Amino acid sequence: MQDAILTIRNLTVTFATATGSFTAVDGIDVRVSPREVLAIVGESGSGKSVSMLAVMGLLPETATVTADEMVFDGHDLLRLTPAERRQLIGREITMIFQEPIASLNPSFTVGFQIEEVLRLHMGLGRAAARARAIELFEAVGIPDPAAKIHAYPHQMSGGQCQRVMIAIAIATNPRLLIADEPTTALDVTIQKQILDLLTALQESHGMALILITHDIGVVAETADRVVVQYKGHKMEEADVLSLFEAPQHPYTRALLSALPENATGDRLPTVSDFFGAEGVR
Amino acid sequence: MSYVLEGEGLTQDYHIPGGLFGKARVLRAVKGASFRLEKGRTLAIVGESGSGKSTLARIIALIDRQSGGTLKITGETVDIGRHRPKPSLRSKVQMVFQNPYGSLNPRQKVGDVLMEPLLLNTDLPAPERRARAEAMLAKVGLAPEHFNRYPHMFSGGQRQRIAIARALMLNPALLVLDEPVSALDLSVQAQVLNLLADLQQEFGLTYVFISHDLSVVRYIADEVMVMNKGEVVEQGSREAVFADPQHAYTRQLFAATPITDVEAIRARVARRKALLAGA
Repeated sequence: MQDAILTIRNLTVTFATATGSFTAVDGIDVRVSPREVLAIVGESGSGKSVSMLAVMGLLPETATVTADEMVFDGHDLLRLTPAERRQLIGREITMIFQEPIASLNPSFTVGFQIEEVLRLHMGLGRAAARARAIELFEAVGIPDPAAKIHAYPHQMSGGQCQRVMIAIAIATNPRLLIADEPTTALDVTIQKQILDLLTALQESHGMALILITHDIGVVAETADRVVVQYKGHKMEEADVLSLFEAPQHPYTRALLSALPENATGDRLPTVSDFFGAEGVR
Repeated sequence: MSYVLEGEGLTQDYHIPGGLFGKARVLRAVKGASFRLEKGRTLAIVGESGSGKSTLARIIALIDRQSGGTLKITGETVDIGRHRPKPSLRSKVQMVFQNPYGSLNPRQKVGDVLMEPLLLNTDLPAPERRARAEAMLAKVGLAPEHFNRYPHMFSGGQRQRIAIARALMLNPALLVLDEPVSALDLSVQAQVLNLLADLQQEFGLTYVFISHDLSVVRYIADEVMVMNKGEVVEQGSREAVFADPQHAYTRQLFAATPITDVEAIRARVARRKALLAGA
């Protein structure tokens, strides 16, 4: 096994709320190797997004992040200075989000937004940034890229905006791309295109990809390895084939059997059929 | 044979007013949909955004008036543009919406949510309204103590149960469900789908189920109608549509739907291993 590019050990994230502290992530370990697609799967409240937002440093100030280890490629993410963080986040580690249209700034053209990244992180000049932006738009399959560079986000569809987000995310040749529910807001035919694009880029750029999703189907179609999370705890970790072939944890078995396509007989089993809804550890 | 729901050549036009940037134009959102549905059965309308499936749902649910075509509910021709529907007709068709966070009034207690349809459409006395609301609460799997709580105190799945309970208060013949489980987690989705199946059996309900999720449709539907850009491109029994899709768009939809089959995963993993070994 190759050395991991991202190693997280015993990550805990607590939020200070009006009614006391709330632990969203409780002792999670994550390891991603270069060129690997890791899927973190869970339902709402599983803490699947929070652990990756902790990596990105995007959590609000009410959050307390502790970990025994949180290292990306030799950099200790817990002890970065702001300047070091700016070198790393958005360049070596990039992220795309669920709502592509909301992720882009509505006041600027998409071309401006990708060129900003290229100028800031890659040190390109105006003309070089424009040329590279058109190349990148071409690479992510945006038709007529030279014209689309001048479009505003509201003039593009959701799928197109997600392609722009992906173009921005790969513009710096990152070592790790984190995709947080990248296709949840999209139609199923567009979802297929975006997932195909992400895996193709992952393979051609040799980057690691962390895919956060609630969708078991997306996991089946893209992941190499899977982490199943529930209420802030890791339930199971396995390579994708073993997970679907022989799920070990009762929660995983419950999730898989709740898929309508796995229905046997009239009723769908639910999580509470496997154990009380409360008592999962 | 008597049908609960019949549609014949239903169309819907939206008039887009002209302005500084363009001329006025007419957008035909539904281009002639025809269907018939027997009592106790489920028709699933499948499509992506912009397919016109929700527009059609709003016509069936008597929210919007159709631009053309005829709609019959339990054999009775309905044109809400010409005659305001009577309470007896309104009671026959009820709707459940996609987002249970948006479809419940945050200032209204659950009990009042359930009693309001009775207050508006029937002349039942207050104690009877209350008794029926409490009974319905139990039917959808909620507890009596939930009666005086507000919507924000419930999870998404529980709220969708409340929305379903509200829709059932008037003993409708037909329930229009517009993406009722797509905002819910997988395990909660399973519970709500089970609930819908139980209620359908108990009350002999007829469902129109709007969805973009083919695996849910395959599980719940008797008949399937696939829409694309306002047009009905395919229509038939679930078995026929899933076994042998005729239209290119239907096949495209099926091809795009993720497969969780172990053999498919095995093939994909093998392909990736070979690729990474070669690199």
